Amino acid sequence: MFVEISRELSVWAIPLILLFVPLIGYFRKVKVYEAFVDGAAEGFHTAIRIMPFLVAMMVSINVFRTSGAMESFVSFLSPVLVYLGVPADLVPLAIMRPLSGTGSLGLATEILNTFGPDSLCGRIASTVMGSTDTTFYILTVYFGAVGIRKPRYSLFVGLLGDLTGFFGSIYLCNKLFGS
Amino acid sequence: MINVIWMLLLVIGIIYAGINGRIEIVTSSAISAAEGAVTLSFKLIGVMCLWLGIMKIAELSGLIKVFAYLLSPITQLLFPSVPRNHPAMGAIVMTISANMLGLGNAATPLGIKAMNELQKLNSNKDTASDAMCTLLALCTTGFTLVPATVIALRSAAGSTAPAEIVGATIMVSLTATVVAILADRILRSIYTLKARR
Repeated sequence: MFVEISRELSVWAIPLILLFVPLIGYFRKVKVYEAFVDGAAEGFHTAIRIMPFLVAMMVSINVFRTSGAMESFVSFLSPVLVYLGVPADLVPLAIMRPLSGTGSLGLATEILNTFGPDSLCGRIASTVMGSTDTTFYILTVYFGAVGIRKPRYSLFVGLLGDLTGFFGSIYLCNKLFGS
Repeated sequence: MINVIWMLLLVIGIIYAGINGRIEIVTSSAISAAEGAVTLSFKLIGVMCLWLGIMKIAELSGLIKVFAYLLSPITQLLFPSVPRNHPAMGAIVMTISANMLGLGNAATPLGIKAMNELQKLNSNKDTASDAMCTLLALCTTGFTLVPATVIALRSAAGSTAPAEIVGATIMVSLTATVVAILADRILRSIYTLKARR
Protein backbone atom coordinates (compact mmCIF):
# COMPACT_ATOMS: atom_id res chain seq x y z
CA MET A 1 0.00 0.00 0.00
CA PHE A 2 2.66 2.45 1.11
CA VAL A 3 4.88 1.29 -1.71
CA GLU A 4 2.12 1.95 -4.26
CA ILE A 5 1.52 5.42 -2.89
CA SER A 6 5.17 6.37 -2.99
CA ARG A 7 5.59 5.10 -6.54
CA GLU A 8 2.49 6.92 -7.79
CA LEU A 9 3.58 10.07 -5.97
CA SER A 10 6.93 10.15 -7.75
CA VAL A 11 5.25 9.87 -11.16
CA TRP A 12 2.52 12.43 -10.48
CA ALA A 13 4.38 15.05 -8.46
CA ILE A 14 5.90 17.10 -11.28
CA PRO A 15 2.90 17.03 -13.67
CA LEU A 16 0.63 18.06 -10.80
CA ILE A 17 2.89 20.94 -9.79
CA LEU A 18 3.09 22.10 -13.40
CA LEU A 19 -0.71 21.89 -13.60
CA PHE A 20 -1.76 23.52 -10.35
CA VAL A 21 0.77 26.31 -9.87
CA PRO A 22 -0.12 28.15 -13.10
CA LEU A 23 -3.82 27.34 -12.64
CA ILE A 24 -3.96 28.75 -9.12
CA GLY A 25 -1.83 31.69 -10.25
CA TYR A 26 -4.27 32.44 -13.05
CA PHE A 27 -7.25 32.47 -10.71
CA ARG A 28 -5.34 34.68 -8.31
CA LYS A 29 -4.96 37.15 -11.21
CA VAL A 30 -1.24 36.61 -11.74
CA LYS A 31 -0.01 37.23 -15.31
CA VAL A 32 1.28 33.69 -15.45
CA TYR A 33 3.29 33.79 -18.66
CA GLU A 34 5.01 37.06 -17.78
CA ALA A 35 5.74 35.86 -14.25
CA PHE A 36 7.25 32.62 -15.55
CA VAL A 37 9.55 34.43 -17.96
CA ASP A 38 10.52 36.86 -15.22
CA GLY A 39 11.55 34.06 -12.89
CA ALA A 40 13.23 31.99 -15.60
CA ALA A 41 15.52 34.88 -16.55
CA GLU A 42 17.33 34.38 -13.25
CA GLY A 43 18.15 30.79 -14.15
CA PHE A 44 20.68 31.64 -16.82
CA HIS A 45 22.82 33.91 -14.64
CA THR A 46 22.80 31.48 -11.76
CA ALA A 47 24.01 28.61 -13.92
CA ILE A 48 26.80 30.73 -15.35
CA ARG A 49 27.89 31.84 -11.87
CA ILE A 50 28.22 28.19 -10.76
CA MET A 51 30.57 27.33 -13.60
CA PRO A 52 34.00 28.26 -12.11
CA PHE A 53 33.16 26.50 -8.84
CA LEU A 54 32.05 23.40 -10.69
CA VAL A 55 35.15 23.36 -12.92
CA ALA A 56 37.45 23.62 -9.88
CA MET A 57 35.72 20.83 -7.99
CA MET A 58 35.24 18.44 -10.89
CA VAL A 59 38.83 18.78 -12.10
CA SER A 60 40.39 17.87 -8.77
CA ILE A 61 37.96 15.02 -8.11
CA ASN A 62 38.40 13.63 -11.61
CA VAL A 63 42.21 13.72 -11.43
CA PHE A 64 42.03 11.91 -8.09
CA ARG A 65 39.73 9.29 -9.59
CA THR A 66 41.33 8.59 -12.94
CA SER A 67 44.92 8.58 -11.61
CA GLY A 68 44.10 5.43 -9.67
CA ALA A 69 44.73 7.20 -6.36
CA MET A 70 41.12 6.66 -5.41
CA GLU A 71 41.32 2.89 -5.92
CA SER A 72 44.39 2.75 -3.69
CA PHE A 73 42.59 4.87 -1.13
CA VAL A 74 39.71 2.39 -1.23
CA SER A 75 41.97 -0.63 -0.76
CA PHE A 76 43.85 1.24 1.99
CA LEU A 77 40.64 1.99 3.89
CA SER A 78 39.01 -1.33 3.08
CA PRO A 79 40.37 -3.37 6.05
CA VAL A 80 39.26 -0.66 8.49
CA LEU A 81 35.77 -0.43 7.04
CA VAL A 82 35.39 -4.20 6.79
CA TYR A 83 36.42 -4.42 10.43
CA LEU A 84 33.64 -1.93 11.22
CA GLY A 85 31.12 -4.23 9.55
CA VAL A 86 30.98 -2.80 6.04
CA PRO A 87 30.66 -5.49 3.33
CA ALA A 88 33.84 -5.34 1.22
CA ASP A 89 31.85 -4.90 -2.01
CA LEU A 90 30.33 -1.68 -0.68
CA VAL A 91 33.59 0.08 0.27
CA PRO A 92 34.09 1.78 -3.15
CA LEU A 93 30.53 3.11 -3.00
CA ALA A 94 31.16 4.57 0.45
CA ILE A 95 34.16 6.56 -0.79
CA MET A 96 32.57 7.58 -4.10
CA ARG A 97 29.17 8.65 -2.75
CA PRO A 98 30.06 12.13 -1.42
CA LEU A 99 32.48 12.86 -4.29
CA SER A 100 30.65 12.10 -7.49
CA GLY A 101 26.95 11.66 -8.30
CA THR A 102 27.41 9.93 -11.65
CA GLY A 103 30.31 7.86 -10.29
CA SER A 104 28.33 6.55 -7.33
CA LEU A 105 25.26 5.91 -9.49
CA GLY A 106 27.48 3.81 -11.77
CA LEU A 107 28.87 1.84 -8.83
CA ALA A 108 25.39 1.28 -7.39
CA THR A 109 24.10 0.04 -10.76
CA GLU A 110 27.03 -2.34 -10.94
CA ILE A 111 26.29 -3.70 -7.45
CA LEU A 112 22.60 -4.16 -8.31
CA ASN A 113 23.47 -6.00 -11.52
CA THR A 114 26.19 -8.18 -9.99
CA PHE A 115 24.53 -9.23 -6.75
CA GLY A 116 20.91 -8.63 -7.73
CA PRO A 117 18.71 -5.79 -6.44
CA ASP A 118 17.06 -8.09 -3.89
CA SER A 119 20.30 -9.31 -2.32
CA LEU A 120 21.36 -7.84 1.01
CA CYS A 121 24.21 -6.00 -0.70
CA GLY A 122 21.85 -4.63 -3.35
CA ARG A 123 19.39 -3.46 -0.72
CA ILE A 124 22.07 -1.73 1.31
CA ALA A 125 23.42 -0.01 -1.82
CA SER A 126 19.89 1.14 -2.70
CA THR A 127 19.27 2.51 0.77
CA VAL A 128 22.62 4.31 0.74
CA MET A 129 21.80 5.95 -2.59
CA GLY A 130 18.37 7.02 -1.36
CA SER A 131 19.41 8.39 1.99
CA THR A 132 22.64 10.25 1.18
CA ASP A 133 23.61 12.85 -1.37
CA THR A 134 26.67 14.05 -3.27
CA THR A 135 27.95 16.40 -0.57
CA PHE A 136 30.80 17.91 -2.61
CA TYR A 137 28.52 18.66 -5.56
CA ILE A 138 25.79 20.23 -3.43
CA LEU A 139 28.28 22.35 -1.54
CA THR A 140 29.94 23.50 -4.75
CA VAL A 141 26.73 24.34 -6.57
CA TYR A 142 24.69 25.87 -3.73
CA PHE A 143 27.48 28.01 -2.34
CA GLY A 144 29.02 28.70 -5.76
CA ALA A 145 25.75 30.15 -7.04
CA VAL A 146 25.90 32.97 -4.49
CA GLY A 147 29.68 33.39 -4.49
CA ILE A 148 30.43 31.83 -1.09
CA ARG A 149 34.08 30.81 -0.99
CA LYS A 150 34.35 30.03 2.71
CA PRO A 151 31.96 27.21 3.62
CA ARG A 152 33.15 27.14 7.26
CA TYR A 153 32.22 23.79 8.87
CA SER A 154 29.62 22.83 6.22
CA LEU A 155 31.72 20.21 4.48
CA PHE A 156 32.30 18.38 7.74
CA VAL A 157 28.59 18.41 8.57
CA GLY A 158 27.71 17.08 5.10
CA LEU A 159 30.28 14.28 5.31
CA LEU A 160 29.09 13.35 8.78
CA GLY A 161 25.57 13.11 7.33
CA ASP A 162 26.86 10.79 4.60
CA LEU A 163 28.67 8.65 7.14
CA THR A 164 25.53 8.36 9.26
CA GLY A 165 23.52 7.46 6.16
CA PHE A 166 26.01 4.81 5.17
CA PHE A 167 26.33 3.06 8.51
CA GLY A 168 22.62 3.55 9.18
CA SER A 169 21.80 1.76 5.91
CA ILE A 170 24.04 -1.18 6.75
CA TYR A 171 22.64 -1.50 10.26
CA LEU A 172 18.99 -1.18 9.30
CA CYS A 173 19.16 -3.42 6.21
CA ASN A 174 20.88 -6.10 8.27
CA LYS A 175 18.05 -5.83 10.83
CA LEU A 176 15.25 -5.76 8.25
CA PHE A 177 16.49 -8.06 5.51
CA GLY A 178 19.40 -9.96 7.02
CA SER A 179 19.00 -13.67 7.61
CA MET B 1 39.19 22.93 5.16
CA ILE B 2 37.85 23.11 1.61
CA ASN B 3 41.16 24.54 0.38
CA VAL B 4 43.15 21.68 1.88
CA ILE B 5 40.84 18.98 0.59
CA TRP B 6 40.69 20.46 -2.89
CA MET B 7 44.47 20.71 -3.08
CA LEU B 8 45.05 17.24 -1.60
CA LEU B 9 42.76 15.56 -4.13
CA LEU B 10 44.63 17.25 -6.96
CA VAL B 11 48.19 16.82 -5.61
CA ILE B 12 47.75 13.19 -4.54
CA GLY B 13 46.17 12.37 -7.89
CA ILE B 14 49.02 13.92 -9.88
CA ILE B 15 51.80 12.36 -7.78
CA TYR B 16 50.11 8.97 -7.85
CA ALA B 17 49.75 9.08 -11.63
CA GLY B 18 53.42 10.16 -11.91
CA ILE B 19 54.71 7.31 -9.75
CA ASN B 20 52.71 4.77 -11.73
CA GLY B 21 53.91 6.08 -15.06
CA ARG B 22 50.53 7.35 -16.11
CA ILE B 23 51.17 11.06 -15.94
CA GLU B 24 49.51 11.70 -19.30
CA ILE B 25 46.19 10.72 -17.73
CA VAL B 26 46.31 13.85 -15.57
CA THR B 27 46.15 16.21 -18.53
CA SER B 28 43.33 14.43 -20.31
CA SER B 29 41.24 13.93 -17.17
CA ALA B 30 41.69 17.54 -16.03
CA ILE B 31 40.63 18.86 -19.41
CA SER B 32 37.71 16.49 -19.81
CA ALA B 33 36.50 17.32 -16.28
CA ALA B 34 36.66 21.05 -17.00
CA GLU B 35 34.64 20.54 -20.15
CA GLY B 36 32.23 18.27 -18.32
CA ALA B 37 31.66 20.94 -15.68
CA VAL B 38 30.69 23.46 -18.33
CA THR B 39 28.35 20.96 -20.01
CA LEU B 40 26.77 20.30 -16.64
CA SER B 41 26.25 24.01 -15.96
CA PHE B 42 24.62 24.40 -19.35
CA LYS B 43 22.33 21.47 -18.63
CA LEU B 44 21.41 23.15 -15.36
CA ILE B 45 20.24 26.28 -17.19
CA GLY B 46 17.15 24.51 -18.54
CA VAL B 47 15.84 23.05 -15.27
CA MET B 48 16.90 26.19 -13.46
CA CYS B 49 14.77 28.38 -15.75
CA LEU B 50 11.83 25.98 -15.56
CA TRP B 51 11.68 25.80 -11.77
CA LEU B 52 12.49 29.41 -11.11
CA GLY B 53 9.71 30.34 -13.54
CA ILE B 54 7.19 28.11 -11.75
CA MET B 55 8.47 29.40 -8.42
CA LYS B 56 7.82 33.00 -9.52
CA ILE B 57 4.20 32.20 -10.37
CA ALA B 58 3.79 30.45 -7.02
CA GLU B 59 5.32 33.44 -5.29
CA LEU B 60 3.10 36.04 -6.95
CA SER B 61 -0.06 34.01 -6.37
CA GLY B 62 0.69 33.81 -2.65
CA LEU B 63 1.04 30.01 -2.68
CA ILE B 64 4.50 30.09 -1.18
CA LYS B 65 3.39 32.35 1.65
CA VAL B 66 0.73 29.80 2.58
CA PHE B 67 3.26 26.97 2.55
CA ALA B 68 5.81 28.97 4.49
CA TYR B 69 3.15 29.84 7.07
CA LEU B 70 2.06 26.22 7.48
CA LEU B 71 5.63 25.03 8.03
CA SER B 72 6.80 28.05 10.02
CA PRO B 73 6.88 26.24 13.40
CA ILE B 74 9.59 23.93 12.03
CA THR B 75 11.49 26.46 9.92
CA GLN B 76 11.55 28.99 12.77
CA LEU B 77 13.20 26.38 14.93
CA LEU B 78 15.77 25.45 12.28
CA PHE B 79 16.48 28.98 11.05
CA PRO B 80 16.20 31.33 14.04
CA SER B 81 18.27 34.01 12.29
CA VAL B 82 15.84 34.41 9.38
CA PRO B 83 12.91 36.85 9.93
CA ARG B 84 9.54 35.13 9.86
CA ASN B 85 8.19 36.87 6.75
CA HIS B 86 11.40 37.03 4.75
CA PRO B 87 11.17 35.54 1.22
CA ALA B 88 14.06 33.23 2.18
CA MET B 89 11.64 31.23 4.36
CA GLY B 90 9.38 30.53 1.39
CA ALA B 91 12.32 29.40 -0.73
CA ILE B 92 13.65 27.19 2.07
CA VAL B 93 10.26 25.53 2.50
CA MET B 94 10.06 24.87 -1.25
CA THR B 95 13.55 23.33 -1.27
CA ILE B 96 12.78 20.99 1.60
CA SER B 97 9.48 19.97 -0.02
CA ALA B 98 11.19 19.22 -3.34
CA ASN B 99 13.76 17.10 -1.53
CA MET B 100 11.06 15.20 0.37
CA LEU B 101 9.20 14.41 -2.86
CA GLY B 102 12.42 13.17 -4.44
CA LEU B 103 12.34 15.87 -7.13
CA GLY B 104 16.11 16.07 -7.48
CA ASN B 105 16.18 18.39 -10.46
CA ALA B 106 13.73 20.80 -8.84
CA ALA B 107 15.49 20.77 -5.47
CA THR B 108 18.72 22.23 -6.86
CA PRO B 109 17.23 25.38 -8.48
CA LEU B 110 15.00 25.97 -5.45
CA GLY B 111 17.90 25.45 -3.06
CA ILE B 112 19.97 27.97 -4.99
CA LYS B 113 17.08 30.40 -4.89
CA ALA B 114 16.96 29.96 -1.11
CA MET B 115 20.73 30.54 -0.88
CA ASN B 116 20.26 33.72 -2.92
CA GLU B 117 17.67 35.01 -0.46
CA LEU B 118 19.89 34.07 2.50
CA GLN B 119 22.81 35.88 0.87
CA LYS B 120 20.75 39.09 1.07
CA LEU B 121 20.71 38.68 4.86
CA ASN B 122 24.37 37.75 5.02
CA SER B 123 26.70 40.46 6.30
CA ASN B 124 29.90 38.76 5.12
CA LYS B 125 29.37 38.00 1.44
CA ASP B 126 32.11 35.44 0.83
CA THR B 127 31.54 33.44 4.03
CA ALA B 128 28.59 31.11 4.61
CA SER B 129 26.16 32.43 7.25
CA ASP B 130 24.69 30.25 10.02
CA ALA B 131 21.42 29.86 8.14
CA MET B 132 23.26 28.89 4.94
CA CYS B 133 25.16 26.17 6.79
CA THR B 134 21.92 24.80 8.21
CA LEU B 135 20.28 24.78 4.78
CA LEU B 136 23.29 22.99 3.32
CA ALA B 137 23.15 20.41 6.11
CA LEU B 138 19.49 19.78 5.22
CA CYS B 139 20.24 19.49 1.51
CA THR B 140 23.31 17.28 1.71
CA THR B 141 21.45 14.76 3.86
CA GLY B 142 18.42 15.32 1.61
CA PHE B 143 15.58 13.98 3.74
CA THR B 144 13.37 12.16 1.28
CA LEU B 145 10.03 10.36 1.31
CA VAL B 146 10.20 9.17 -2.30
CA PRO B 147 13.63 7.98 -3.49
CA ALA B 148 12.50 8.01 -7.13
CA THR B 149 15.89 7.44 -8.77
CA VAL B 150 16.66 4.40 -6.64
CA ILE B 151 13.26 2.85 -7.27
CA ALA B 152 13.77 3.29 -11.03
CA LEU B 153 17.28 1.83 -10.77
CA ARG B 154 16.02 -1.22 -8.87
CA SER B 155 13.22 -1.98 -11.28
CA ALA B 156 15.65 -1.62 -14.19
CA ALA B 157 17.86 -4.23 -12.49
CA GLY B 158 14.88 -6.61 -12.32
CA SER B 159 13.93 -6.34 -8.66
CA THR B 160 10.80 -8.20 -7.56
CA ALA B 161 10.02 -5.39 -5.10
CA PRO B 162 11.72 -2.19 -6.28
CA ALA B 163 10.15 -0.03 -3.58
CA GLU B 164 10.77 -2.26 -0.56
CA ILE B 165 13.71 -0.10 0.53
CA VAL B 166 11.51 3.01 0.87
CA GLY B 167 10.84 2.47 4.57
CA ALA B 168 14.51 1.92 5.36
CA THR B 169 15.50 4.93 3.25
CA ILE B 170 13.09 7.22 5.11
CA MET B 171 14.33 6.07 8.51
CA VAL B 172 18.00 6.30 7.60
CA SER B 173 17.75 9.68 5.90
CA LEU B 174 15.75 11.04 8.84
CA THR B 175 18.50 9.87 11.20
CA ALA B 176 21.22 11.38 8.98
CA THR B 177 19.32 14.68 8.85
CA VAL B 178 18.97 14.81 12.63
CA VAL B 179 22.68 14.02 13.10
CA ALA B 180 23.66 16.71 10.55
CA ILE B 181 21.41 19.33 12.18
CA LEU B 182 22.84 18.55 15.63
CA ALA B 183 26.42 18.66 14.30
CA ASP B 184 25.61 21.97 12.61
CA ARG B 185 24.40 23.42 15.92
CA ILE B 186 27.38 22.15 17.92
CA LEU B 187 29.98 23.29 15.38
CA ARG B 188 28.28 26.68 15.09
CA SER B 189 28.70 27.35 18.79
CA ILE B 190 32.34 26.19 18.68
CA TYR B 191 33.03 28.46 15.70
CA THR B 192 31.28 31.42 17.29
CA LEU B 193 33.36 31.00 20.45
CA LYS B 194 36.55 30.82 18.40
CA ALA B 195 35.61 33.91 16.40
CA ARG B 196 35.06 35.93 19.56
CA ARG B 197 38.51 35.24 20.92
